[in-house]
Amino acid sequence: MADVTAKGEKPEYLYWVGCAGAFDDRYQKVARAFSKILNHLGVSYAVLGKEESCTGDAAKRAGNEMLFQMQAMQNIEVLNSYEVKKIICTCPHCYNTLKNEYPDLGGNYEVINYTVFLDEMIRTGKLKLENNPFKGESITYHDPCYLGRGNGIYDAPRNVIKAVFGEVKEMKRARSFGLCCGAGGAQMFKEAEKGDKEVNIERTEEIIERKVDKVASACPFCMTMLTDGIKLKNKEAELQNIDIAEIIEKALNL
Amino acid sequence: MIKQILFIITLLITFGVFAYSVKRLWGFFSLTKPAYPIKNIGARISHTLNVAFGQTKIFRKPVIGLMHALVFWGFLVITLGSIEMVVDGVSGLDRAFASTGWFYDVVIASGDVFALLIIVFIKLFILRRMFLKIKRFTGVEMTAKANWDALLSLYFIGFLMVSLICFNMGYISSHPNGYEGVYPVSATLVNLFGWDFSLLQEPGWWVHLLLIFTFANYLPYSKHFHVFLSIPNVFLANLEPITKYPNLESITREVKLMLDPEAAYDESAEVARFGVKDIEDVSWKNYMDSLSCTQCGRCTDVCPANITGKLLSPRKIFVDLRKRMDEKGPLALAGKQDNKSLLRDYISEEEIWACTTCNACAQECPIDISHPNLIMDMRRYLVMEESAAPAGLNVMFANIENNGAPWQFSPEDRMKWAD
Repeated sequence: MADVTAKGEKPEYLYWVGCAGAFDDRYQKVARAFSKILNHLGVSYAVLGKEESCTGDAAKRAGNEMLFQMQAMQNIEVLNSYEVKKIICTCPHCYNTLKNEYPDLGGNYEVINYTVFLDEMIRTGKLKLENNPFKGESITYHDPCYLGRGNGIYDAPRNVIKAVFGEVKEMKRARSFGLCCGAGGAQMFKEAEKGDKEVNIERTEEIIERKVDKVASACPFCMTMLTDGIKLKNKEAELQNIDIAEIIEKALNL
Repeated sequence: MIKQILFIITLLITFGVFAYSVKRLWGFFSLTKPAYPIKNIGARISHTLNVAFGQTKIFRKPVIGLMHALVFWGFLVITLGSIEMVVDGVSGLDRAFASTGWFYDVVIASGDVFALLIIVFIKLFILRRMFLKIKRFTGVEMTAKANWDALLSLYFIGFLMVSLICFNMGYISSHPNGYEGVYPVSATLVNLFGWDFSLLQEPGWWVHLLLIFTFANYLPYSKHFHVFLSIPNVFLANLEPITKYPNLESITREVKLMLDPEAAYDESAEVARFGVKDIEDVSWKNYMDSLSCTQCGRCTDVCPANITGKLLSPRKIFVDLRKRMDEKGPLALAGKQDNKSLLRDYISEEEIWACTTCNACAQECPIDISHPNLIMDMRRYLVMEESAAPAGLNVMFANIENNGAPWQFSPEDRMKWAD
């Protein structure tokens, strides 16, 4: 963002990459896939790069309100200094925090989730999907809690999947009944409490039961938890976890 | 005339006892903190019509949902009839509302039909509770008393309906030359038997009203207080997205002060405590949620932590809050303290830390309780007052503070993904 601003340009969108997009090995691929799609579409966008910092979602949900607000206010200062109007997020946790929790602290932006953005690009014909590299494969979709239950985004990711796969084989617990991957609320960063099993295993078993070739997700935490679950169940050969952006990346052959 | 006097005395006793219960609860509410301002009345009304009167969230379980909805809608219609019975009792009139014509006929007729439906459903509810092993009816928070409370309320409702039909049958029999209202069920029963039921009218009337009065005064001490509180609770619900967790204003002041030391410091606004440790830290809405909760267990049923055998049960959080208020409320009002607190003595840290904040519980709750908000408020207390977070979280906090990411990576490397 600093570079384009120096050139006197004003990109239409800010792509909020998020910490997982920047640092998580697996999720970096999603960030790359999505930026390739943006480039393919010729969208005017920029990223904050080194100036981006954690939104504070996990800190807030772990009870560290002080740390959360410090992060929020610093981020808001950066965003406001670039006069950012529209933010696209891949991570639903960043999305929820920027969209719902930043306004009360002075950060008012139009925050867009990438699945909604992709859905609209497909619907308006700006994104043309002609080939299906997944021919013959079946797919199910795992609803991220912060996208679905939190913000009512159930149809957009499904529409994007359908545009390529034709159909989403729904699990028993889907949409607002969806089961958490187990990582939200800062669970990602701590040992799980004692129980009969881990939440991601419960969810993975449900996915395996559905007998599909792929499971789509739209969240870095879900990505980690489901990929781990599939690995633990030794199902990597027949079941892969793929992000919505990666589906489009492959379909566009980018 | 004697009946009238007797009835008025009964009614005064009923109101007197009820006023005592309300006063007691009012005192408990006075111990709590503010929640959010109640704005957007229009949106609240439509939300209430949808969730409370439309029973939309109840229908997330379609079969049992329909049974509950029919009992609820029946209850609404029958309440109109009960109001008339009270007016009759006080004024000495007979069928005070009969002049409303066709409206009266519709209300009385549907009340009569609903009474029969409710008897059938209540019977099924009782059998289901006694003989079907429904997982969500169990749990550490579901004591024998809670089960007994549930059954007692079901029997109350059942006998209310039986007495109403008896009264209707008695009324029909004692007016052979024509009566007010339409009674599809009771009239059929009278015709079926062909007997004179007029003796049933007076006892039916008294039993029905005395049951209502007793039930109404039992409710504030029962989990079935939801009969009174669920509609207001839905009306007062937080209408924001369920994953929007409010920012703590006292922290905002502190952070602003840190970022700008020049800012004026308002000492009067200092808060006693961050987060929730005990009942005086919860908001009035948290407490109202705990009183409105009917312990149906739909929240716990969908909780990922609970499903996988962890200690957390979202329902228990609110059952505990209500119990703790019953215990500490009277003490606190008398200016006394005890050595216990909601957190730790009732709710363990292990429960609090097991929550994934997925909000499945809040989504499922038919009366819009937000469990994760209270859970996170208790985390706030543990983290900001006691620095008692699990080790992994402290590492995550330090990483965010030092590197601007929950993992230990340098902010300098933030663009490596794009290489």
